Amino acid sequence: MSGAADMAAAMGDVKREELLISVISELLAGARHVAVGALSPIPGAGALLGASRSGGRVTIIGSDLPAHRMDGGVELFDMAAQGRVDGFFLSGGQIDGQANINLTGAGDYPRGDVRWSGAFGSAFLYFQVPKVILFREEHTRRVFVPKVDFISAPGASEPGVFRPGGAHALVTGLCVMSFDRQRVRFTLKSVHPGVTVEEVRDNTGFDFDVPESVPVTDLPSAETLATIRTEIAAKIANPYPEFAERVFGVPRDAAA
Amino acid sequence: MRPPVIDLADLAARIPDGALLSVAKEPNAPMALARELIRRGTKNLHLVTLPTAGVFADALIGAGCVKIVETSGISLGEFGPAPFFAEAVKSGAVEIRDATCPAVYTGLQAGEKGIPFMPIRGIIGSDVLANRPDWKVIDNPFEASGDPIVLIPAIRPDVAVVHVSVADRFGNAWIGDRHELKTMAHAAHRTIVTAERIVDHDLREDEAKSANLITPIYVDALAEAPGGSWPLACPPDYALDPGAVRAYASAARQSARSGGGEEWLAVLTPSHAEAAE
Repeated sequence: MSGAADMAAAMGDVKREELLISVISELLAGARHVAVGALSPIPGAGALLGASRSGGRVTIIGSDLPAHRMDGGVELFDMAAQGRVDGFFLSGGQIDGQANINLTGAGDYPRGDVRWSGAFGSAFLYFQVPKVILFREEHTRRVFVPKVDFISAPGASEPGVFRPGGAHALVTGLCVMSFDRQRVRFTLKSVHPGVTVEEVRDNTGFDFDVPESVPVTDLPSAETLATIRTEIAAKIANPYPEFAERVFGVPRDAAA
Repeated sequence: MRPPVIDLADLAARIPDGALLSVAKEPNAPMALARELIRRGTKNLHLVTLPTAGVFADALIGAGCVKIVETSGISLGEFGPAPFFAEAVKSGAVEIRDATCPAVYTGLQAGEKGIPFMPIRGIIGSDVLANRPDWKVIDNPFEASGDPIVLIPAIRPDVAVVHVSVADRFGNAWIGDRHELKTMAHAAHRTIVTAERIVDHDLREDEAKSANLITPIYVDALAEAPGGSWPLACPPDYALDPGAVRAYASAARQSARSGGGEEWLAVLTPSHAEAAE
């Protein structure tokens, strides 16, 4: 059985990207200010959709649009340090069951098998932002490992370490998990349409809790879908014209 | 005391081998200066990126100009990984000092203030910290019950380099809303500026620009370099050239893999790119 084919059949005319955008917007309900890092079109669109409901602010690194820009490079970190950023997104070449993320490289540091770009702001923002959503579309054992090779940013901290922030949820191409910071453990919250719990287990290298009944991830309503395809598609074209064109057919020169 | 306006080759000659060289992430990367450093065969640079970098750092690493790289991340963004950087870290050809974005800002802010270090939240428990013996953890002295906090030592680059849209003959360089470029220049012992154009009037007299200048006291010398950030962006003059960056990514990947070839350097040369169009 092909999981991808099952998922496509169960999704109807809803694209996977649209489902993920909708899921992210729900996870960030009520946020006053969500920041989006580089190379994050789906999180960016999810944050914009959430803000279109809550009236909150979205800061998008790389955007030229004044409403989504920061005052230079430092302000985002200062704002996060003061608690002025409610939501942020992190990812990883590896993510483990304690929500540790590795953006640095696979194998023995520093001269490992694979070198990725680096930790970027993760080692700071993971501590400071209350709702960090871990987002990685590829859901495989290559990504979701028992233990990361390098902790670019830790999922949990010792008692006594100042840490208002941390992982709120994990969103992948297969499912949504929540993260309990006290227990330092993920729980499966929902599987995307056409995906089974077994499939999630088979593709995850770490243990996680599975409740007796696991719901299917809600598809976006017709109204939400319309918003995504018009308002959000147009907005995310800056700074992601290629994404907006590929997924929503926004013409490239329409990106302001 | 006015910093001299000189040509690009003389500007590059002011960056000695082994310098602690600071550069900010794109846009405003001084690519024309990078080409000049590569042409001169500058060696053993200790590169500090504010806080990340792309083609600028990857190309200098590919050309063998860099010995140590201190960064929060080097990547070509949507064009993929930075091939020479990844290869040089794996082979040990460059020494990597991994950082995290706000820690680099913090180090330069301490440098700008002339103080030995500055504290920063977060980072504790990461392998980034475990591999930075120069970063310390102390207990917050204002708190009775523990509260560990990281200290970042001041960063004082020997030279900071930047490319701007407009500078003036008095040595003012306009940096738009990128305040971190001022921090970088203030922290550095001296700053080298290339500009799309160097104007005759004093930019300090322009209300719209006067708050966003690197002022002459920090500037060592300037050169006019039209197209000086190409193939990267220099707002508001031009955007990134996706075809040229894609060509670099591909040629650099091939060269990093095979350990040879100069095609990647050719595609970074404007005359070559024009001929290819």
